[in-house]
Amino acid sequence: MENPNQVVLLETMLLIRRFEEKLEALSKEPGKLHGMMIVCTGQEAVAAGVSAALEPQDVIISNHRSHGHLIAKGAEINLLMAEIYGKRTGYNKGKSGTLHIAVPEVNALCTTTVVGGGIPIAVGTAFAAQYENKDFVTVCYFGNGAADEGSFHEALNLAALWNLPVIFVCENNVYSGAQRQEEHTRVKDLADRAAAYGMASQIVDGNDVQRVYEATAEAREKCLAGDGPILLEFKTYRWGGHSTTDHQVYQPKEEIEQWKQRCPIEKLKKELLGAGVLTEATWQQLNEGVMKQVEQSVQFAEESPWPDVTEALEDIFA
Amino acid sequence: MQQITMGEAVNQALREEMRRDEQVFVAGEGIGVGIHSNPKFPTFGLLEEFGTRRVKDTPVSEAAIAGLAVGASVMGLRPVVEIMFNPFFTIAADQIVNHAAKLRYLSGGKSKFPLVVRMKSGSGIGAGCQHSHNLEAWLAHCPGLKVVMPGTPADAKGLLKSAIRDDNPVIFIEDMILYFVPGPVPEEDYSIPIGVADVKKPGGDVTLVTWSKMLGAAFKAAAKLEQEGISVEIVDLRTLVPLDEETILKSVTKTGRLVVLHEATRTGGFGGEIAAVVAEKAFAQLKAPIKRIAAPDIPVPYSKPLEEFYLPNEKMIIESIRAIMQSKEQ
Ligand SMILES: Cc1ncc(C[n+]2csc(CCOP(=O)(O)OP(=O)(O)O)c2C)c(N)n1
Repeated sequence: MENPNQVVLLETMLLIRRFEEKLEALSKEPGKLHGMMIVCTGQEAVAAGVSAALEPQDVIISNHRSHGHLIAKGAEINLLMAEIYGKRTGYNKGKSGTLHIAVPEVNALCTTTVVGGGIPIAVGTAFAAQYENKDFVTVCYFGNGAADEGSFHEALNLAALWNLPVIFVCENNVYSGAQRQEEHTRVKDLADRAAAYGMASQIVDGNDVQRVYEATAEAREKCLAGDGPILLEFKTYRWGGHSTTDHQVYQPKEEIEQWKQRCPIEKLKKELLGAGVLTEATWQQLNEGVMKQVEQSVQFAEESPWPDVTEALEDIFA
Repeated sequence: MQQITMGEAVNQALREEMRRDEQVFVAGEGIGVGIHSNPKFPTFGLLEEFGTRRVKDTPVSEAAIAGLAVGASVMGLRPVVEIMFNPFFTIAADQIVNHAAKLRYLSGGKSKFPLVVRMKSGSGIGAGCQHSHNLEAWLAHCPGLKVVMPGTPADAKGLLKSAIRDDNPVIFIEDMILYFVPGPVPEEDYSIPIGVADVKKPGGDVTLVTWSKMLGAAFKAAAKLEQEGISVEIVDLRTLVPLDEETILKSVTKTGRLVVLHEATRTGGFGGEIAAVVAEKAFAQLKAPIKRIAAPDIPVPYSKPLEEFYLPNEKMIIESIRAIMQSKEQ
């Protein structure tokens, strides 16, 4: 296991952050984006750390809060932004929009906004690896709320029963919609649920990108050795509301501030500055480079053509 | 008369029924404390008035929410549960389709299940096909379920009251765009019977049968056609099951022409059922072939122009009605 390049990890997190911030800003401008946006600001370390441990052939299954997962797996932000704008040049030709972007090019095969909907699908993609004796794992991202759906329990049981190479990634950001975790389940650590299915699990600081990486890399090796599946619970926090239409009346300001003190990007940045790997100047460069990429993605999306309405009738059957 | 939106009208119905009957409670995702603190949303303020005993925020667990309603109702409570969006009904479907709809029959008529499942439906919100998917025809296809789909705030209030007082499982489908559209609603206590369609606009030349959000486009098209001398009678079904065949047949007998309009996709849509009823029972009165206007057979696309293309519109209605006026008796 070779440690990932820390500056690359930082850059990935930063790209996700700036991308999401841009979407939040755009959603306040009337007429720019259609519908609400669901962003992952504050949770960047999970996607970046997980993907750093994956190979291109590894599959990810994502949920409604997908942009970070997709960017970290290698999706191009121009094509993501164009999809979110609903343009023809977007990854899914404008059919998906923000909530269910699939990027088969990077093996992000299925993104679903049906909470819990992707978890059984991960059983299927992992089954295919086992069936064909192929060296890839499936990472299935879902939130703490999704662990209350029946689909979660059925899928974990089956994956464990068949020793499937799947890493269930529970991104515990404290909330499920407007509910805090203690309002939607008695369980304190969702990782505990793995035991009910005879599955291994681990609880990890989801704001520490290095720890996320290590846990995923280890889980991946186990899965490939036939010792899957595993449930990883990454403890993190949703800085913003559930979506850009959320009024956040239920989310204590002090809590948000506390978690902002534990910003995953600031944490790594400080470490790298301390270690001399990064200087204030290279940080500025990194940040400016990322901002430029994001601005370019907006320009690309805005200049892209709308799909022709007749295209709505295409892509139903293979 | 008060001018309120459908969201507010549903809210009033819930409040008034909860005040009237202690057995009524509400449950669902984000219905007590939600992400939208918006008075136009149906469950706004219920928690503050009725407390956590009767306003139950649930985990994201549609099967359990639906099962809660089934079990509580057989014990004599009157649950009004919410499935956040129509497509998520699929997760609750076992409890609703295999249980709520059938258990009375299976008991030989001994048990009853007075429950209401409210859900949001409709396109036009830019959330894509996993949030927007009108599945009313599936539900109508399950004997044992009543299916209500109001198109105005006043109907929503009166019909929800009847649904809550009904001793059977009632599926109550609310279009999200209509949450924000105001209309007149009586101040006094009233209810509207389930299973009774409403002639929203009388006319002599063609019968336009529709429901829910499409009512708005129907009105606009009818007003324009009126200027061309075509008189459209708009029949708002309001309830799909039980179906008010009498009102439909009476109207078609008068006009001799039928156009059915719905937002759901065409194939297997409930419009086919209306057409079949009229073909079976009023064929001789028809002066022209029946026409259906519906969404194309595709999932609701996200992109704004594509989503607009999906939804049947005023222009399509006008063209269909002009065409049916020209087509000769077969
Ligand atoms: C089956 C289903 N039920 C309800 C919803 C509405 N909904 C969207 S996200 C969400 C909360 C999910 O919380 P969690 O799984 O913890 O993910 P997070 O949003 O916190 O990332 C809910 C209830 C949905 N999309 N799908």
